[in-house]
Amino acid sequence: MSDKTAPVLAIQDLTVGYQTRNGIIEAVRDVSLEIRKGQTYGLVGESGSGKSTLALAVMRYLSANGEVRKGSITFNDRDLLDMSTNELRQVWGKEISLVPQDPFSSLNPSIKIGEQLAEALRQHTNLNAGEAATQSVDLLKDVRIADPENVADKYPHQISGGMQQRVMIAMALSTEPNLLVLDEPTTALDVTTEAAVLDLFRELVYERQTSALYVTHNLGVVAGISDRVAVLYASELVEDAPTKDLFAQPLHPYTRGLLDSVPRLGQRKDERPLQGIPGSIPGLQQLPTGCVYADRCPLAIDICFDERPPLDTPVEGRRVRCHRWPEILSGEIDARRADVEAIAVEDYSSQPLLDLDDVEVHYPVGQSLVDTVRREEPQVVKAVDGVDLTVGTRRTLGIVGESGSGKTSLARAIIGLVARTGGEIELLDMALPPELNTRGKDVLRHLQIVFQNPDEALNPYMTVGEILRRPFVNLLDESRQAADEKVAELLQAVRLPAEYTERRPPQLSGGEKQRVAIARAFAANPDLMLADEPVSALDVSVQASVLNLLNELQIENASTTLFISHDIGVVAYLSDEIAVMYLGNLMEVTDADQLFDVPYHPYTEALLSAVPAPDPSVKKERIRLEGDIPSAIDVPTGCPFHTRCPRFLGDVCVDEKPPWQTAPNGKRIYCHIPVEELMDIQKPVVKFEE
Amino acid sequence: MLRYLLRRMGFLALTIIVTSLIIFTIAQVLPGDVCRVILGREVGDQALADCREDLGLDDPLVVRYVTWLSDFAQGDWGTSYSTRTEIRPQVMDRLRNSMMLAAVTLVIAVPISTLLGVIAGFNEGKPVDNVISISSLAVVGLPEFVTGIFLIEIFGHWLGWFPPNSSIRAGTSFQEALPSLILPAFTATFVLLAYVARLTRAGVLEELKRPYVRTAALKGLPRATVMIKHVLRNALLPTITVLAISFGWLISGLIVIENVFNYPGLGRLMTFAIDRRDLPLLQAVTMLTVIGFAAANLGADLLYAYLNPRIRVGE
Repeated sequence: MSDKTAPVLAIQDLTVGYQTRNGIIEAVRDVSLEIRKGQTYGLVGESGSGKSTLALAVMRYLSANGEVRKGSITFNDRDLLDMSTNELRQVWGKEISLVPQDPFSSLNPSIKIGEQLAEALRQHTNLNAGEAATQSVDLLKDVRIADPENVADKYPHQISGGMQQRVMIAMALSTEPNLLVLDEPTTALDVTTEAAVLDLFRELVYERQTSALYVTHNLGVVAGISDRVAVLYASELVEDAPTKDLFAQPLHPYTRGLLDSVPRLGQRKDERPLQGIPGSIPGLQQLPTGCVYADRCPLAIDICFDERPPLDTPVEGRRVRCHRWPEILSGEIDARRADVEAIAVEDYSSQPLLDLDDVEVHYPVGQSLVDTVRREEPQVVKAVDGVDLTVGTRRTLGIVGESGSGKTSLARAIIGLVARTGGEIELLDMALPPELNTRGKDVLRHLQIVFQNPDEALNPYMTVGEILRRPFVNLLDESRQAADEKVAELLQAVRLPAEYTERRPPQLSGGEKQRVAIARAFAANPDLMLADEPVSALDVSVQASVLNLLNELQIENASTTLFISHDIGVVAYLSDEIAVMYLGNLMEVTDADQLFDVPYHPYTEALLSAVPAPDPSVKKERIRLEGDIPSAIDVPTGCPFHTRCPRFLGDVCVDEKPPWQTAPNGKRIYCHIPVEELMDIQKPVVKFEE
Repeated sequence: MLRYLLRRMGFLALTIIVTSLIIFTIAQVLPGDVCRVILGREVGDQALADCREDLGLDDPLVVRYVTWLSDFAQGDWGTSYSTRTEIRPQVMDRLRNSMMLAAVTLVIAVPISTLLGVIAGFNEGKPVDNVISISSLAVVGLPEFVTGIFLIEIFGHWLGWFPPNSSIRAGTSFQEALPSLILPAFTATFVLLAYVARLTRAGVLEELKRPYVRTAALKGLPRATVMIKHVLRNALLPTITVLAISFGWLISGLIVIENVFNYPGLGRLMTFAIDRRDLPLLQAVTMLTVIGFAAANLGADLLYAYLNPRIRVGE
């Protein structure tokens, strides 16, 4: 990397404030960084860290109540902050482009794709309308869109999310800008799509030597694509280093905490537990006088609370804002927490608790009178299309799948929130009827659910005490006094202060809300706990402690967990057994510790290859899927995965449903290719460096 | 799209049938014997029975409903009790008048109200916005007969620009009628103005928040292009729909305005029919009103679907 050249973008001591009713809050404080030609700079932070504000400040597109209070932003030797709006229009879309988080809402719903690309070209080049239209099609071709003429003629809602993000990238690159600002560009995408978009980003951006500021909360993504990483916490830059160094030896305790909060690929709860970071990001209205991280830092000493640390340069090319970096660098102290113990795993697999037999959830699609008259087959969305699964008592079964795989519908069918349309479900040898309202109290008591979004799952008008009392009173018929005592115990179990009984959900942080939701679910001591993406809405530093809490309560209550997530790292960490779902079908069922071993179902293989590993030293086989997940209305015949399978055999995959095969290591795989052959042709997707 | 159209048409037919049932039933349960109304109080029993026989009043309800509806559909709307003439030509003439008034009202109201709404929306919180929002709200608070009489006094009597009385003769050409239409049209505009302007303003504000506006701005497009090409196209969708629906109201709902101005539209024909207990006339006018409303709704739906690619071109 040529560090001697002038930077493309230089940010000096930047402070950005927002005017609010309670005065000015500073969303970015004293941040400096330089991006050089061809460099991809990762900007990592949790929600509220100020990373998006920084990105928008670079674009000079802050909301009306935001303003740069201090510092400078220099772009190619020009002062960006000094430019008038008219001058900025010469820079926007021509020299600096933004790739936003949500491609669908970032495209105009009423203008065709081609025109949305062409208008930028017409604005910044001398091309006439016809030439701009032709070049738009070429741009779509550049981002590997298969049928560019056709796509150019479509409206945004007619193409898939992955395709929309390709269009946004094509748009951003159309005028060959010097700087790209990417704000969580793959967060809304599924992993396999994300992997393809990141490949594309690497190729195009590296090829053109475009500089990029890549904003994300995902450490895996940053590890995979950026040259340098800056870590933001509570509006401050706390650490800045080359990617490899940052992951190998983080110098700031917050960076350490962040890395220890996400499971590395293959990390299991019984080997190396996630550490997590206690507490939550301080409110920006009342930032502490000392170090912003002091109250959560395991290494904080007196000076950390009194004095704000300077941004030091411990080694050439690295910066850190911590009083104790010399001791951390020399290895005298370690920010790893010692108080988190490995989780003992006992084998309880003997008796089954939950048994699913050919469970089906088909939703009818609106059928009109005309259709009935024309005697058309009624259309159904086959959300879950025949799932057989057994979960052993006290085990954790993880279900992993991308959006549209049917994992949430399956959970809802088990708990009864949607009535299944076929198959049987047995819990503790009791047959569960499909509809919730035909299940008695004694059945309800045995199964509970934790939802993804605690904001929507908790009634904002009830106090935490009232929320937690309800299961005791309603399901266990206890008196209010008895219930209140149990509520206090419950709060203690989820490590929330007793006085929280008087608070209402809006007064709690995201992690605290999810703890309340978990407490509520465990209140009636259920045998089966369904956890549907329980940590997806939470910041990484909070995720870890919620996962550990779930696991701890499961052991204490001797319950069984069905853990549903799109995040393979998390599923692999927490589960004893893993089921992989695709288009309403199970593809593979495996013991969690065998997940990364051959053989794989070809879909699992692609999925594992796509997961961004939060560790730059991990090497992976590159397996990418073609096209998009088919509609659940038109599930492909035979093997549902045959339309995208990289190991497609031939007609047999199209015509016949695959058999369930058992591999020597106990993995069960739903595929036509014999397991012996799979073991022969497949290599381990992830190579762990020792 | 065809499928959507067929479905909407089906709904339209269903709406009309259901309301025709309601209209028929209400007309039947109204107290008073139609033949007595026609023949007067002093008539003999025989004459009454003959009359009932003539009008088919002794047939079962279902038969009478079907006869009435099929007659109506075939254009035989019967004879008015009060004017003793065929109903259809009368009603059709009034319908023409009503449509003229509705058309003039829309020509005045659409540009003014949407423009005000757009200006207010793009200048949210600024003085222009406040002036527009408050004054349009003030205007909507005034009942039509008040604004109508004001306009008559100022422009009809005092300035003498337009005729204070809008009664026109049957068959008057549009050009001849136009001066008489201006004042009632403005009165109706005042009713629509605040509503449409506020809806437009809300539409603009809603769209301005969307990320695609940022995308457009960050392409370096001029502000006017961002606003007109990107924002307005989406922001005006709800306004257009509401205006299309209001066409139904303008045709048959201007009862007060037509009375204030003495304008011979459908609304006044309806009050006339009620005054005279002229059931066949009332039924015909009400049916026409319902069809007008339903057609305007259908038009609004189709227009919305046409303008919104998310409906026009499905997945």
